[in-house]
Amino acid sequence: MTAAELLSVAAFLDGREAQAFPSFGSERMGAPVMAFCRVDDRPIRVREPVTEPDAVVVQDATLLHHVELFAGLAPEGYVLINSAHSWTDLGLDELRDRHRTERLVTLPASDIAREHTGRPLPNTSLLGGLAALTGVVTIGSVEQALRDRFHGAVAEGNVAAARAAYRQTHGVVHA
Amino acid sequence: MRKQIEGSRAIAEAVARCRPQVVPAYPITPQTHIVEAIGAMAKDGSLPGCQFITVESEFGAMSAAIGASAAGSRAYTATASQGLLYMAEALFNAAGLGLPVVMTVANRAIGAPINIWNDHSDSMSQRDCGWIQLYAKDNQAAADLHVIAFALAEELSVPVMVCVDGFVLTHAFEPIDLPSPEQVDTFLPPYHPRQFLDPADPVSIGAMVGPEAYTEVRYLSNYQLGQAADVFPTLARRYGAGVGRTVRAVESYRTDGAETVIVALGSVSGTAQELVDELAADVGVLTLTMFRPFPYAEVRAALAGARRVVVLERSFSPGAGGVVSADVRTALMGSSAQISTVIAGLGGRAVSKASLRQMLADLDAGRLGAMTFLDLRRDAVEREITRLHRSRDTGPHALSVLRESGVPASRIG
Repeated sequence: MTAAELLSVAAFLDGREAQAFPSFGSERMGAPVMAFCRVDDRPIRVREPVTEPDAVVVQDATLLHHVELFAGLAPEGYVLINSAHSWTDLGLDELRDRHRTERLVTLPASDIAREHTGRPLPNTSLLGGLAALTGVVTIGSVEQALRDRFHGAVAEGNVAAARAAYRQTHGVVHA
Repeated sequence: MRKQIEGSRAIAEAVARCRPQVVPAYPITPQTHIVEAIGAMAKDGSLPGCQFITVESEFGAMSAAIGASAAGSRAYTATASQGLLYMAEALFNAAGLGLPVVMTVANRAIGAPINIWNDHSDSMSQRDCGWIQLYAKDNQAAADLHVIAFALAEELSVPVMVCVDGFVLTHAFEPIDLPSPEQVDTFLPPYHPRQFLDPADPVSIGAMVGPEAYTEVRYLSNYQLGQAADVFPTLARRYGAGVGRTVRAVESYRTDGAETVIVALGSVSGTAQELVDELAADVGVLTLTMFRPFPYAEVRAALAGARRVVVLERSFSPGAGGVVSADVRTALMGSSAQISTVIAGLGGRAVSKASLRQMLADLDAGRLGAMTFLDLRRDAVEREITRLHRSRDTGPHALSVLRESGVPASRIG
């Protein structure tokens, strides 16, 4: 949820309209959670969950085959998965064959987060990755959103993680 | 200045700018973020003059709010769902005593079966407790309505409930333009109570009233509540002029010349407005911000040209039907408009544009009955009804329907 909120803040800082909201499965730590974010150039009034996403970000790859994550994704949609594994290892060959492969990226976001913040929370690395993959938000606004939300060393650690993820993803996408 | 913030945060900040003097609070999802934020502000000194009291229950919260208000303080609290029900007796007391408490209800379904997600069963169950009820269509409205609510409550000495869709709005981040502290101070003067408990001049309030006067007291409470129909628009205009926005008791969207009008309360009206923009047919949306007192004249005027009216409701009265529909029907008495009730979004089921589009297609085809449950999984209920008639040993419905559907988790939207 934090990632969707921060994405909406970054988009807002870029001068766009944005809406982020959660879908809690059940109320306990560690339960699977879905969150949605819409970005538009006009005010957003619609309140239904996003069923045809332009981009899907998977924070926990162990959930990949438990939920229909990619059902509404268009062939030109983006996918960013927090994993150090390949698409074949993740059992996603079929998804890869149906989509533009340069829009499908795995990123070891938890590892990047651990390196820069000391904690394996992949949120902010994935935001950096998403900014590089889709261009929907600028990395500058992601950094600003992080500094608005966090303070001191926590903010700077998260900014460093987002930047590292941005660079790494940018390298993959534009290789 | 617009900021991208959570709905609950916006409500907390708007309430804080109204300078509440006593905030008794008890947590319940999905309201908790609001009182947590106000509690933090009271603690860090950014809400001077505010006593934040953590109480033992919702009954305690409303009772403390009543005490504070009766002593002449501006009192605020927030709750949801079972919490609102636990307050029920005190709600009637706040209204009966004419105490201008303001409360947020983060609308949530009521158990059993337990469900933390959004619908309007909670506030609708308390529609007759004598409070003014306002429903926010989005978080901008939620923030604005709280400021107007304090002025309205205090002008009339009637408590006000601001109903905000739980999760859908309370947990949504969106751009919100909060009124500045100066704008709020200009609009909302310090609380000047009509009555308060003064040790120097002791009186009893809420004492026994027998058959000789009870009817008159109730009549006057109803009269005072009814004043809101005129006072709310006046205050809303003045507030709107100060902040540069429009707030209305009843909001018409593309209703001029519309053959069909969808009547809605709360966040679903945004989805309905998006849909009618995409339609070729003449369909409008009427959003009821004020539900109590019911704005009969505005509703009658807004629906005067409609041949078909669909009332979209997030709760219902078991054994009877649509709660809002009954009032809309009264407003349209003598009209030939066809009125349909559609129950939607119960317990967090998302109300999608696609479902509303299908609903309108069904209406066109004459397939929409007097009362319809939107997106009802008919196969699931029919199977269960068959089982009910076949055997006495059926167990709870909730178990059968969940087992049959194999859904690991519900969704909100």
